[in-house]
Amino acid sequence: MNQSALEVSPYLPQWAEISRIEDLTASEKLFEMHLVSGEPLGHEPGQFVELSVMGIGEAPISVSSPPRGNNSFELAIRKVGNLTNAVHSLNIGDRVGIRGPFGTHFPTEETKGKDLLLVAGGIGLVPLRSFIHFVLDRRDEYGEITILFGARNPSEQLFLDELKQWEKREDIDYLETVDRADPKWKGNVGVITTLFLKIDFDPSKTYCIVVGPPVMYRFVILEAKAKGIPDAQIFLSLERRMKCGVGKCGHCQINHIYVCQDGPVFRYSDIFDIEEAL
Amino acid sequence: MELQVIEKSDFDLFVQNLINNYPVEGVKRKNGAFYYGPIKSAEELCLDFDCTKIPPNKTYFLPPEETLLRFTTAPSLEVTPVIETNPYIIFGVHPYDLKAINQMDQVFARGVPDPHYLKRREAALIIGVDPTKVTPRSFWADMEADAVSDGFDLMLTDIRDRFVVEIGSDKGRALLAQYGTARPATKDEARKRVKIRSQVSHLCKQRGLTFPKREIPKLLERSEETLLWEEKASKCLSCGTCNLVCPTCYCFDVLDDVELDLVHGERIRRWDGCLLQDFAKVATGENFRETKASRYRHRFYRKGLYLFRVLNDVACVGCGRCASACLADIADPVDVFNKLKEDEQ
Repeated sequence: MNQSALEVSPYLPQWAEISRIEDLTASEKLFEMHLVSGEPLGHEPGQFVELSVMGIGEAPISVSSPPRGNNSFELAIRKVGNLTNAVHSLNIGDRVGIRGPFGTHFPTEETKGKDLLLVAGGIGLVPLRSFIHFVLDRRDEYGEITILFGARNPSEQLFLDELKQWEKREDIDYLETVDRADPKWKGNVGVITTLFLKIDFDPSKTYCIVVGPPVMYRFVILEAKAKGIPDAQIFLSLERRMKCGVGKCGHCQINHIYVCQDGPVFRYSDIFDIEEAL
Repeated sequence: MELQVIEKSDFDLFVQNLINNYPVEGVKRKNGAFYYGPIKSAEELCLDFDCTKIPPNKTYFLPPEETLLRFTTAPSLEVTPVIETNPYIIFGVHPYDLKAINQMDQVFARGVPDPHYLKRREAALIIGVDPTKVTPRSFWADMEADAVSDGFDLMLTDIRDRFVVEIGSDKGRALLAQYGTARPATKDEARKRVKIRSQVSHLCKQRGLTFPKREIPKLLERSEETLLWEEKASKCLSCGTCNLVCPTCYCFDVLDDVELDLVHGERIRRWDGCLLQDFAKVATGENFRETKASRYRHRFYRKGLYLFRVLNDVACVGCGRCASACLADIADPVDVFNKLKEDEQ
């Protein structure tokens, strides 16, 4: 084994400095940051990092921005545990630890020239947004693009300005729904699969990319299959407790698969028969 | 195979010479059980133990808790990895534990290598010893773990008035030459070693699998739906003791430990166990292995099928520690594998 590789701890984070903080919802904030080394993060859409606040701990967080040539990247973070609570109390100029990027990414190359059906449920929009921006930045390289977004209620919608822009764009279809409306809501009400009734696509040339809570996958996949999209053209990003990020600690294991290395983005045809996956 | 012989009358001096030159860790008796710990004199070293409570790899290479990084948060953020490399000797490791060490070496070296484990492993000189006794739950002979061809520097077999010593590495050869009084083994001594080894293996086979070990992965593949998982797990306390004592369980958690000044701290690795309730739980509350049966089943599949795909071998060495330690007595792999086999017939 390479001696120098043995000297480097895979648990050693690099520092990143926060340059912008934006409130997304009552419980989610967007943090823009860059590595203090000046290097780009070097990620692909759909990958994640291990984010740490020294003294509090570390957690896997998906990168919400596409690679864009500049060195900054964005993490959208829900305040839900010790680490994310600590991150929410940070300010511009504060430093956090970053390891990664880790894992597989959305099929940016394979889908070129194909139609895309991008389906996000709730906070699933955070990882999928990196791919949405990636393809919108290269709009000509992809076919028809349809984005479906479902939230539990209007107050849980993230990236409101971007949702409005997507709605206005002529070169994509954007549809949204909420499970439960509030008095101001004028749009669709119902679970995300109800949006499938309102769209039309050619299943043979469509790639369906799904990111959402575990329960959503089963139903969205059923719809996609019912519409005729082949299993090999369905991709999903699975959430697990990726603790080490390097395929050792065992927390993210689904049968023989390590989500931190073999995922988080999977082709449905590769995992449909794995008992613990969905 | 290079075999040497060291007389028992010369043995204590060999141990003492090692103690004078290295930190020596070995098996000691404590409250009627056996544990690894520092050896300060030759008399302290126990070589006729049946099985230690905690395996050697999880005493030294993947200890219950270890520091991965040291950090300070003020006046500026500083972080330093902690990777230990001081040489030491582990004296008295049974072949089944050597097999577990060899397997664990592979998992920590594959993909992204883990220097925290590997450096400590590399720094260790291992002196193996063949067992003379077996516990009521041992079944290492059936798991083909009664002998190993590598993973040790020296390997001792007690042939009554002397030890036959197999040389496992150049470091081991040098150690014996420098600190011991040894001579090449005669053919008769080599034969005696084979005989004694097979006697102990035979003793270990008093209980065990009713079918060959190589069938385990396929047997598990066919057993996903069996009621046995539910049945056994209904008695499970979710205490994780089976994980804790297992020489091939290596799951861990990574967490921060901060001093009272809130400035200095350590990022530590601590054992975790897939039988514990929250092992697969994520921050939003979803638990991907919520039921006891799913966690119980996972452990057997991990040993017999998932890691098999990585190691090309079943990741159970038959030490029987889980069976001995399980309070509900549901962890014995012999019972589980035999029952799965029996239910098929």
